[in-house]
Amino acid sequence: MLAADGTPLKQSLARSLRRQKLRALLLISPLLLFVMFSFIVPIASMLFRSVENSIVSETLPLTVEALGNWDEKSGELPGEDVYDAFVRDMVIAIDDKKHTRLGSRLNYEETGMSSMFRRSGRSLKKLDPETDGPFKDQLIEIHDGWGDVKTWQVIKTHSAPITNGYFLNAVDMQRTPDGAQAQPEDKQILIKLFGRTLFMSLVITGSCILLAYPVSYLLATLPMRVSNMLMIFVLLPFWTSLLVRTSAWKVMLQQQGVINETLVWLGLVADDARLVIINNQIGTITAMTHILLPFMILPMYSVMQTIPITYTRAAKSMGATNWTTFWRIYFPQSIPGIGAGSILVFILSIGYYITPEIVGGTKGVFISNRIAYHISSSLNWGLAAALGTILLGVVLLLYWVYDKIVGIDNVKLG
Amino acid sequence: MAALTPISRKPLSMVLPSVALAGAFAGVFVGAGNGSVLLGLLGGAVLIAGLAWVYITQLKNEKLARWINILGFGIVGFLTSGLMGCILGLLGGWFFIFFIYWLYEGRYRRKLLPYMTAQQVFYHFLFRVICGAIFVFLITPILVVLPLSFNAQDFFTFTPEMLRLDPEGYSLKHYRDFFTNNEWQRSFKNSLIIAPIATVISVSLGTLAAIGLSQSHVPGRRAIMGILISPMIVPLIISATGMFFFYSDIGRFLEGTLGLNKNFVGYVKVVLAHAVLGIPFVIITVTATLVGFDRSLTRAAANMGAGPVRTFFSIQMPLILPGVISGGLFAFITSFDEVVVVLFVGSASQKTLPWQMFTGLREQISPTILAVATILVVLSIALLTTVELLRRRSERLRGLSPA
Amino acid sequence: MKPTKILLTAAAIATAAGGVSAEEMTIVSWGGAYSKSQLKAYHEPYSEKSGVTILNDDSSNEAVAKLRAMNEAGNITWDVVDVVAADAIRLCDEGLAMEIDPDTMLAPAPDGTSAADDFGELLVSDCFIPQIVYSTAFGYRTDLVGDTPPTDICAVFDLEAYPGKRSLEKRPINNMEWALLCDGVAKDDVYDVLATPEGQEQALKKLDTIKDSVVWWSAGADTPQLLADGEVIMGSTYNGRLFSVIEEQKQPVAMLWDAQVFDLDGWIIPAGLSDERKQRALDYIMFATDTQRLADQAKYISYGPARASSAPLVGQHAELGIDMAPHMPTDPENAKNTFLYNYEFWADYRDDIDAKFQAWLAQ
Repeated sequence: MLAADGTPLKQSLARSLRRQKLRALLLISPLLLFVMFSFIVPIASMLFRSVENSIVSETLPLTVEALGNWDEKSGELPGEDVYDAFVRDMVIAIDDKKHTRLGSRLNYEETGMSSMFRRSGRSLKKLDPETDGPFKDQLIEIHDGWGDVKTWQVIKTHSAPITNGYFLNAVDMQRTPDGAQAQPEDKQILIKLFGRTLFMSLVITGSCILLAYPVSYLLATLPMRVSNMLMIFVLLPFWTSLLVRTSAWKVMLQQQGVINETLVWLGLVADDARLVIINNQIGTITAMTHILLPFMILPMYSVMQTIPITYTRAAKSMGATNWTTFWRIYFPQSIPGIGAGSILVFILSIGYYITPEIVGGTKGVFISNRIAYHISSSLNWGLAAALGTILLGVVLLLYWVYDKIVGIDNVKLG
Repeated sequence: MAALTPISRKPLSMVLPSVALAGAFAGVFVGAGNGSVLLGLLGGAVLIAGLAWVYITQLKNEKLARWINILGFGIVGFLTSGLMGCILGLLGGWFFIFFIYWLYEGRYRRKLLPYMTAQQVFYHFLFRVICGAIFVFLITPILVVLPLSFNAQDFFTFTPEMLRLDPEGYSLKHYRDFFTNNEWQRSFKNSLIIAPIATVISVSLGTLAAIGLSQSHVPGRRAIMGILISPMIVPLIISATGMFFFYSDIGRFLEGTLGLNKNFVGYVKVVLAHAVLGIPFVIITVTATLVGFDRSLTRAAANMGAGPVRTFFSIQMPLILPGVISGGLFAFITSFDEVVVVLFVGSASQKTLPWQMFTGLREQISPTILAVATILVVLSIALLTTVELLRRRSERLRGLSPA
Repeated sequence: MKPTKILLTAAAIATAAGGVSAEEMTIVSWGGAYSKSQLKAYHEPYSEKSGVTILNDDSSNEAVAKLRAMNEAGNITWDVVDVVAADAIRLCDEGLAMEIDPDTMLAPAPDGTSAADDFGELLVSDCFIPQIVYSTAFGYRTDLVGDTPPTDICAVFDLEAYPGKRSLEKRPINNMEWALLCDGVAKDDVYDVLATPEGQEQALKKLDTIKDSVVWWSAGADTPQLLADGEVIMGSTYNGRLFSVIEEQKQPVAMLWDAQVFDLDGWIIPAGLSDERKQRALDYIMFATDTQRLADQAKYISYGPARASSAPLVGQHAELGIDMAPHMPTDPENAKNTFLYNYEFWADYRDDIDAKFQAWLAQ
C-alpha cells in the first residue's frame, strides 16, 4: 500500500512516528538536560559519597599495603614493616596537613582516633623515616593508641576505596574485622527513625486526606464565587511562610499557649492538668497536617471540579441511596485527586525537618534531622549520603508500588 | 435554582428544642468557667429557649429582637468580664438571634432542593459545620499571628496587657523595624526578584516538557518523568549540598570566563536552583491537565491550517492554563518559602526573606517575622480579591451568568 | 538608549563593580544582636580606617558544611569566618582553615605582652583566634521558683524543690557534664568518667530522672522565649541571650551562674585564599582582635573579651548605660564554679555520644 506521495505506507507511517517522537523529545530535552546537569549529576555524585572511601588508601598507601600481610584476627600487633610504612606515609600526610582529616574520618568508626592523629602529628613530624627507625616502640611512646590492636584493625577494615561501611552504619550496623555486625544496643537509632519517619508521614497523609476530602468536596460543589472566597482560607496558610506557621503552632500548642489558656479559661481543663500537645507526636502531626493540608486540598479540588454533578443525580434518580451514590459513583472518580495529593504530602513530609525539630520534641524527630546533623555538624557526609540514598530508595519503591496499584497516569494535580 | 424553594415558618416544637440545645452547648463553657458544668448546661438551655419563646410569641418584631439580644448579651458580657467579655457577648448575642430566626423562619431551607427530607437537610448542615471546623483549623494559626505582630514586647507571647486590650500592650515597632531595617528590606526585595523569575523559568520549561511527555510514543516516558520530578523527592539538605558543587562551578565559569558581575552571577545561581526545585510541581500539574486533553482539537486546528505554534497558543494553552497556573503557584511558593537550598547556594547579597526569617528565629526571636507574615497575608488577600473581582468582571463582560 | 550604549554602560558598571570588589571582603557571622555588636565594634572602624567594604553573611550556623563544600569546589567566597571553637577545631582537622601564628600575625597587648600570652590557654587550635568568652548558663523565672531561688546547678535535677519544666539543649554536650556533676562525680573526674560507656550510661540515667520535665531546644533563641512564656521555670542558653531577656526586655528572670560552661567564639580564615585576600583577611584579624577592639565589643553584648588585657577596659553598655562587668561570665562573682568546654574530649567523643544521646531521647 502506498501513501499519497508514493512511498510505502508503512515507511511513511514510520517516518511520521519518528518525527513525532523527535518533536516530543525536542520539547522535553531542554528541561531534561537542565535537570540532568544541574540536579541529577550533582546529587548522584553527592550520593556516591555513601560508598566512596579513598581517603584511607590515599593518605596511607604504604601502610595499607603493608597491613595486607597482617592477620587482623591474630590479636597481635602488626610488625615493624607496618610501623615503618606508617611513619613514611604520615610524614608526607602531615606535610600536606591531611593527617587530621584522616583522623576525623576514622573517628566515625572508633572514638578517639581524631585526637590520636592530631596529637601524634606534632611528634611524628620530627621523625625522619630514613634514619630514625625502628619506629614501633617510638610510636607507642608517642601515643599508646598505636600499641592497641584495635587501631590497626580499624585502619585495615576501613582501607577499601569503596566501602559498604556507611550503609551498614545507616542501618545500625558496623563494619568489623569479623564482617558486618550490629551496633551496640544503646547506639541503635537510625532504623527506629526510619520507621518513625514512615509511620508519621503515613499518619500525616491519612489525616490530610480525612480533612481535605470534605473541604474539597464543598469547594467543588459550591458556586464559583463562594468557593473562590473560601479558597482564601486554603491559600492564606499556603502563602504564609513555613517558619511563621510552625512558630504559630508553637504559640498555639504549648502549655501556656492559646489552646491551653482558652481551655483553662473556659474551665474545661484544670490549671495544673494542662494538655501536653507539643513536643511530642501530637504536636508534629497537628502542625505538619496543617502545613501540608493545602497540598492535599488543591489537587483534590481540581479533580472534583471535573466530576459532573449529573452523574450523581442520575444515580440518585435511579434509586441509589446517598451512600451508594457517593461510594459507587463519586468516590471512584475522585481517586486521582486523592492519589496526587497523597503522593505530594507523603513525599514532602518524609523530607521535612524544620517543623519536627521545632514542635516535635524528643519523639518527633525525623530521619532528615539526622541527615542534616551529619551534613552540617558532624561532617560525616558519607553517612548522610547513605541515609539519603536509603530514603530515596524507599520513596522510589513506594512510588513504584503506587504506580502498580493506582497507576501514575491516574494521578491528577491542580 | 436557589430562590425557588419556598420557605415557611417552623413550629415552636422544633425551634425551641434546637435552640435550647445550642444554648446548652454554649452554657457548658460558661458554666465550666464559673464552676458548674451542669448548671451552665441547664441555664444555657433554659435561657436561650426562653428568649426564643419571648421573641417569637411576645415581641414579634425581628429587628427589635435582634438589637435587644445583641446589646443585652454585650452588656452582660461587659459587666462580668470587661472588654473581652463584651466582644464575646456581642458575638454570642448576634449568633443566637440569627440562629433563632434562621430556624423559625425556615431560612435554612432557602437554598436547598425542595424535595430534601429533614434528615438530608440535617446531614447537609452537619457537613457544613464539619467543613467550617476544618476551615477554622486552617486559618486559626494565621489569625493568632496577626495580633502577636503588634506585640509591644519582643516575644511571641500574649501579654496580660494584650489580653486586656490595653493599648500599652500593642505597638507598631515590629513594622517599623521591617520598614527601616536594611536587612529585612533587602531580603524582601531579593525574594521578590528571585521567586518570579524562577517561577517563569520552571513554568515555561516545565510546560514544554509536559506537552512533550503527553505525546504518545515517547521512549522512556516513565524514566524521564522520574528524573524530572526527582528534585521533589530528594531530601532538601542533600540537594542543597549537591547543588552547591554544580553552582560553584557554574559561578566560576560565568565570573571568570565571561567576566560577569559577581552579584549578578549570585542571583543567576539562586534563580536556577529554585527553578529546578519548582519544576516537579509544574510537570505534575500540567501533565495531569493534559491527560484529559482532547487531542482531536489540535488535529482540527492543524486541519484548518494553523501551525504548531499557533495551535499551541490559541488552542492548547487556554485549555491547560488552570494546570499551568496552579503549577506556577506551587513553584512560586517553593521559591518564596525555601530556606535550605538558598543557605547553601546563595551568598549574603542574595539573602531571601525566608533566610532572614530563619536567622531571626535562630538568633533572636523577634516578632518582626510575624509583622512580615501579616503584611504578606494582607497583600495576598488584596491580590486574591483583585483576581476574583477581575474574574467576575470579565464574566459579566462576556455575558456569562455567575456560575 | 542604543544597544551599544547599553552594552558600554553595562561594561562600565561591571568594571566599576570589579574595581570595588578588589577592596571588598565577606565576613561570616551569626546574625542578630551578635553581628550588630561586631558591626559597631569592628567592621565600621575597620572600613573607615582601610577603605575596605565589608559584606556581612549570616551563615555561621552552616559554616562548617559550607566551607567544606567550598573547599572541594575550589571556590572560596568567604574571607573571615566567625565560628565556635569546636567548629574551628573540626575545620582545622579537616584542613579547611588556615593556621595562624599569634605572635607574628596578631597585635601584642598595649603593655607589650605577646598575643600568645595575652590569649593564653584560650588559643585552643592552631587555626583559631578567640574573640569572646561566652558561657552556657541557666536562667530561671524569679516568680515561679518559690521563696528559695536556685543557687546550685543541681536545682535543675531537683524536681521536688523546683517542680516544673526546664529547657536543655538537644545535644549531649554540657548536659552530660551537668548530669554527672549532680550525680556525685567530682568536677575533675567528669571527663574521665564520661569517656567510659558506664559513665555515659550514668549520665543518661541521671538525665532520665528529669526527662519528662525537659523541653529540648535547638536554637539559642528558644530558651528566652520559653522563659518569657512561663513555659519553663529554668533553662540553659547562652548568657548573652539571658542578659537581653533580663536587662533589655525586663522579664522576671535571673541568672544561675553555677557550673556555667565557658566556650569560645572567634575567627578563622579559610584555607586556600589567594595571597591578596589572605593579606586582607589577616590585616582585618590583626585589627579586630587587638585589646581595645575586643573591649569595645563588650559595650554591645555581654560576652567577655578573650584577651586578658581587654578585661579592665570593659565599660558600660552603649544604650542602657549599665556597667557591663558584672554581667560578664568571667566576672569573679559569677565565675566561682565554672567549666571549660573540653574541646579535645568532645572532638573525639561527640559522634559516639551523640548517637547514644539521640537513641536515649527517642526511647
